[in-house]
Amino acid sequence: MTDSAVELTRGFKEGKWTAVETTQLFLDRINANESKVHAFLSVDADRALADARKVDEKREAGESLGRLAGIPVAVKDLICTQEWTTTCGSKMLETYRPPYDATVVEKLQAADAILIGKTNLDEFAMGSSTEHSAFGRTHNPWDLERVAGGSSGGAAACVAADMALLSLGTDTGGSIRQPAAFCGVVGLKPTYGRVSRRGLIAFASSLDQIGPLAWTAEDTALLLETIAGHDPADSTSAPREVPSYSDTLNQPLKGLRIGIIEDHFEEGLNHEISQAIQTLIQWLEDAGAIPEPVRLPHSRYGIATYYVVASSEASSNLARYDAAHYGYRTSNEDAAENLEAMYERSRSEALGNEVKRRIMLGTYALSSGYYDAYYLNALKVRRLIRDDFESAFQKVDLLLGPTTPSAAFRAGEKSTDPLSMYLEDIYTVLANLAGVPAVAFPCGQTGEGLPISAQLWGPAFEEGRLLQVVHQFQSHTEWHKKRPSFS
Amino acid sequence: MSSVDYQLVVGLEVHVQLKTLTKLFCGCSTTFGAAPNTQTCPVCLGHPGTLPVLNREAIRLAIRTGLALNSTIPPTTKWDRKNYFYPDLPKGYQISQFDQPICQGGELKLPGDETSSPRTIRITRAHLEEDAGKSMHDESSGSADSRIDLNRTGTPLLEIVSEPDIRSAEEAKQYLTELKLLLTYLQVSDCNMQEGSLRVDANVNLHLQRGDELVATPIVEIKNLNSFRAVERALVYEAQRQREVFEDTGQRIGEAPKQTRGWDDNLQVTKVQREKEESSDYRYFPDPDLVPIMLPESWVTELKSDLGALPAALRERLKTEFGLSQYDADVIVNQGPDMVAYFEAVASNLKDAKRASNWIQQDVMRTLNDMEYSLADFSIKADDLAKLLQLIEAGELDNSRGRDVYQWLLDHPGTPEEGMKALGIASVGSDDLLDLCKQLIGEHPSAVSDFKAGKKQALGAMIGAARKLNPNANPGKVKDLLSQLISHED
Ligand SMILES: [Zn+2]
Repeated sequence: MTDSAVELTRGFKEGKWTAVETTQLFLDRINANESKVHAFLSVDADRALADARKVDEKREAGESLGRLAGIPVAVKDLICTQEWTTTCGSKMLETYRPPYDATVVEKLQAADAILIGKTNLDEFAMGSSTEHSAFGRTHNPWDLERVAGGSSGGAAACVAADMALLSLGTDTGGSIRQPAAFCGVVGLKPTYGRVSRRGLIAFASSLDQIGPLAWTAEDTALLLETIAGHDPADSTSAPREVPSYSDTLNQPLKGLRIGIIEDHFEEGLNHEISQAIQTLIQWLEDAGAIPEPVRLPHSRYGIATYYVVASSEASSNLARYDAAHYGYRTSNEDAAENLEAMYERSRSEALGNEVKRRIMLGTYALSSGYYDAYYLNALKVRRLIRDDFESAFQKVDLLLGPTTPSAAFRAGEKSTDPLSMYLEDIYTVLANLAGVPAVAFPCGQTGEGLPISAQLWGPAFEEGRLLQVVHQFQSHTEWHKKRPSFS
Repeated sequence: MSSVDYQLVVGLEVHVQLKTLTKLFCGCSTTFGAAPNTQTCPVCLGHPGTLPVLNREAIRLAIRTGLALNSTIPPTTKWDRKNYFYPDLPKGYQISQFDQPICQGGELKLPGDETSSPRTIRITRAHLEEDAGKSMHDESSGSADSRIDLNRTGTPLLEIVSEPDIRSAEEAKQYLTELKLLLTYLQVSDCNMQEGSLRVDANVNLHLQRGDELVATPIVEIKNLNSFRAVERALVYEAQRQREVFEDTGQRIGEAPKQTRGWDDNLQVTKVQREKEESSDYRYFPDPDLVPIMLPESWVTELKSDLGALPAALRERLKTEFGLSQYDADVIVNQGPDMVAYFEAVASNLKDAKRASNWIQQDVMRTLNDMEYSLADFSIKADDLAKLLQLIEAGELDNSRGRDVYQWLLDHPGTPEEGMKALGIASVGSDDLLDLCKQLIGEHPSAVSDFKAGKKQALGAMIGAARKLNPNANPGKVKDLLSQLISHED
């Protein structure tokens, strides 16, 4: 069969296979591989097959079908689904069933997609390895001893392990792109406001975006077209038309000015990654694009700025988990008598260490007496970082650099050292701080056979330009066809 | 010297529920009195992943209020999160406005009355925020059983903060009365304290003269003030209490933490609720789920031209155009815009507007009170009352018969003329009146001689008798004719 939604759809139309057959195939792979990878927190096989049957019946009856009809799509368990628990990878929401569907889930269902399961993540999306899930870590299909990246580790691993064709992740500081890089797939963080956040359980509201993961730029375009668009229920979503990304994939690259972010090729970058991206730059030049060096002077403040802004917002966003209305409540007896004790006990027992660390960081940064020094200064630097991008995009059409400083690291390697974990996001946080779109895509392999990823950034709402480059690169190279050999 | 050697200093924070159909950030109804937790949705329940969507009607009502208070309306305003934990606050933060309130500065003019002269109380700011839910603590069940009703959660509130310009309990009540009246005229709130659509907190301290020095006592915030009367009493109580505490401790402002006290209406005392230090850091920051709100000047100008006549201007109009006293103007304006319109419709048809004012205050308002009617339900329309009073003005009937017609109009559909006909009221011709008076003189010789002897009251009995003989006889006319006839008998 095939590894592309576009081709799968062609097969449906030509009568080569049915949605029930293909859905069963993916369920079989989940049965075979999930115990090794642990990409999912829930899989509803019966429901998936029932939905597939409906698609087949509609097709047979000649009814019109959505663009994702019969395509198995996985959804990160940070995105609300009325019919499945939405845990955020936290004991706090272990049994939580949202009373509504996220806007993106409504759009998937309207497009007749098959929701195959909810994927694993770092608790409340806080982490870069999916080791901070309350329900066990996700393993990297390329090397099960290594992490899948995070926080959308399950979202990337389920595609890499062929357990879903398309996948929705969320990206606050790199949470789609870094796991996509570690798992060798394409992951795109859209422009802030391009995709509705309604039903995305907030980590840091001014940075969070939902975005697609897939093997190909073509499929990424298809999924983005399905989920993007203005949502009156999200005041921060942009009232702009969604262009047809699929239609512009083959526009020539000739004359495209590509800024190479020099700051990101200095200390800290793995040599093999640097080499692979040099090869990519050469290919781009051969394709007619014009590479030129660019500097983002404030990029070195990205991590510090990001951790102040994101943690501050998180400290407020996660205040609602107070055990009063839904979610985990302590069974400790003190809590029955005393409200403060109920809050303290419940939150202490149900939230993981990384989440607690960030709540404390954010609470501190917003406290009176520290607000100006931390939160307010972070907002000022954020403005400077945006300005960096604005001036860069006056000179070039796209920016190019690495997605991560190194390939997938070993499980446990960084989980006891928060700072080294935070530095994983060094190249990715900038797109969130500036609100611009960025895509990670495979462009090589290390000597150990681990995927290497490049990152392309565009001006706001220029996702089409990103996908155009990735698509043409994929048309001429084989990196996106490499598969892990764990099974 | 008076025994009061201190000056009370009060600033009021008034929370006004704005009269929108739906909540500030979701589509739930704001109607009061529904069964607990029936007017809720994922957004106002604070479910994960939900996002606020602004109800622009609340912005309109806030601007209307600000303009009436002479506030500055800035070109943009924004939302902030006020973070604190409480079970009736499901998100763990309240969406409010911290440093860029929608109404900045302003003033409220108090009209003054017989005992006080007019004053101006400055307004610091008015900002929008979402209301919290209600916690109901059931202590009767033996255990500490708390229940939460989230129907109110997310209802738009405008918090109007005054400067500490209020100098007495009486003045606090005047401020609240005038503010409530203004809000009623603006139609921005129901202002119903029982239903909690108007809530008051008071910040209180004293200034004492000690030798050459003016000393201020620590500021106390009083909560749980459920009526204007409670505000008055709590302030009187608190002044006395703070004075005593100062005599005991000598503590000045800044030397003790800001205290929050609750008014106990049963015991008529304030009781300490918490020392402010425990919960003072709300960690305000801009709400990233909401975008700043643009308030175009053209819109503000349009809203300003749309304010309608407000109490202060109406009082002036009733005084200058209709010649009413300050007192009469106050009474009518305080009844609300409908009553002012009613008065003006009646009075403009009469030679003497005072007659309309008297009838409205003595008869119409009593009827409305007795029957618990609003003016909209009242069956005697302004045209009918105007006609009735015109007939009285023309001498077609007297006040007493006028009240009979008024009563008839309350009970029947019809015009005043039809009422007069139904009641057999007709003006008595001069020949009939002469005959009647001659008859009376014949029948009351002793009263006649008493009158002649100088006892003017002697006519009273004869006027009473005239009424029995012919209820339509105008007592004034009877009286005049009787004295004329008796004086001419000699
Ligand atoms: Zn609601």
